[in-house]
Amino acid sequence: MAIEVRIPTILRTYTGGAKSVEGTGGTLDELFADLEARHGGLRDRLVDDAGLRRFVNVYLNDEDVRFLGGLGAPVHDGDTVTVLPAVAGGSA
Amino acid sequence: MLTIAAGLRDQIVAHAWADHPDEACGVIAGPAGSDRPERFIPMLNAERSPTFYRFDSLEQLHVWREMEDRDEEPVVIYHSHTATEAYPSRTDVSYASEPGAHYVLVSTRDAEADEFRSFTIIDGVVAEEPVTVTSTE
Repeated sequence: MAIEVRIPTILRTYTGGAKSVEGTGGTLDELFADLEARHGGLRDRLVDDAGLRRFVNVYLNDEDVRFLGGLGAPVHDGDTVTVLPAVAGGSA
Repeated sequence: MLTIAAGLRDQIVAHAWADHPDEACGVIAGPAGSDRPERFIPMLNAERSPTFYRFDSLEQLHVWREMEDRDEEPVVIYHSHTATEAYPSRTDVSYASEPGAHYVLVSTRDAEADEFRSFTIIDGVVAEEPVTVTSTE
C-alpha cells in the first residue's frame, strides 16, 4: 500500500533531498506518523498541538485537507498528498 | 541581484495599485534554475486585508503544479504594503518559504512615489539586493 507524498523545497532536508516520498496509513495522521519513522523531524513541521499547522497547506489529491477532516482525513493506496508552505505575510 | 523586464515590473506595480488598499500578491515564474522572471501570475489575496496577504490554498496548488509541469519555479514572489515601507516585515520573514525566490515588495503608501525593492529571505535573514530593470524593445 503506498501513498505518494510530495515534499516542498524547504522540507527536503528531512527527506535527503527527495521531492517525493512514500508512506502508508489509513488517515493523514497515521501517514505522517509513518513518514516520521523514516524522516525524523518532518512531522513536527506539519503538525502542532492544535493539529495541522496553520501556514502549511496539505492537499489530498486536488483538495485542501482542511475541508476533508484535517488529520483525520482518510487516505488510500494510490492517493497523492501534496505539502506546500502557505505563501503569506503582511505589514507587521 | 534581481534582473527584471520593465514590463513585468510595471505589471507588479499596477497590480499593487489596483488592489490598494488591500495588499496585492503574486508570483513571477521562470525556467527552473535560470533566475529569470518571465511569466507574471497575479494571485488572489485570500485575506483581502490592508495589512496581511495569503495565497488562496487551491489557487496556490494549481499554480505550483503548473510551474512544475512547465519546469518552472517561482523566481519572484511579490506583495505590497499599503501604508508602510517596501521592506519585509517580521511576518514576511517568518513565512518566507521559498529560499530561492526574490521577494519583491512594493509600497502604495504614497501616490507620488513608486517604491519597488527586492530582497532575499533565507533562514530568517533578510538581504536587500539591487534591481536591474531591463527595457524591452
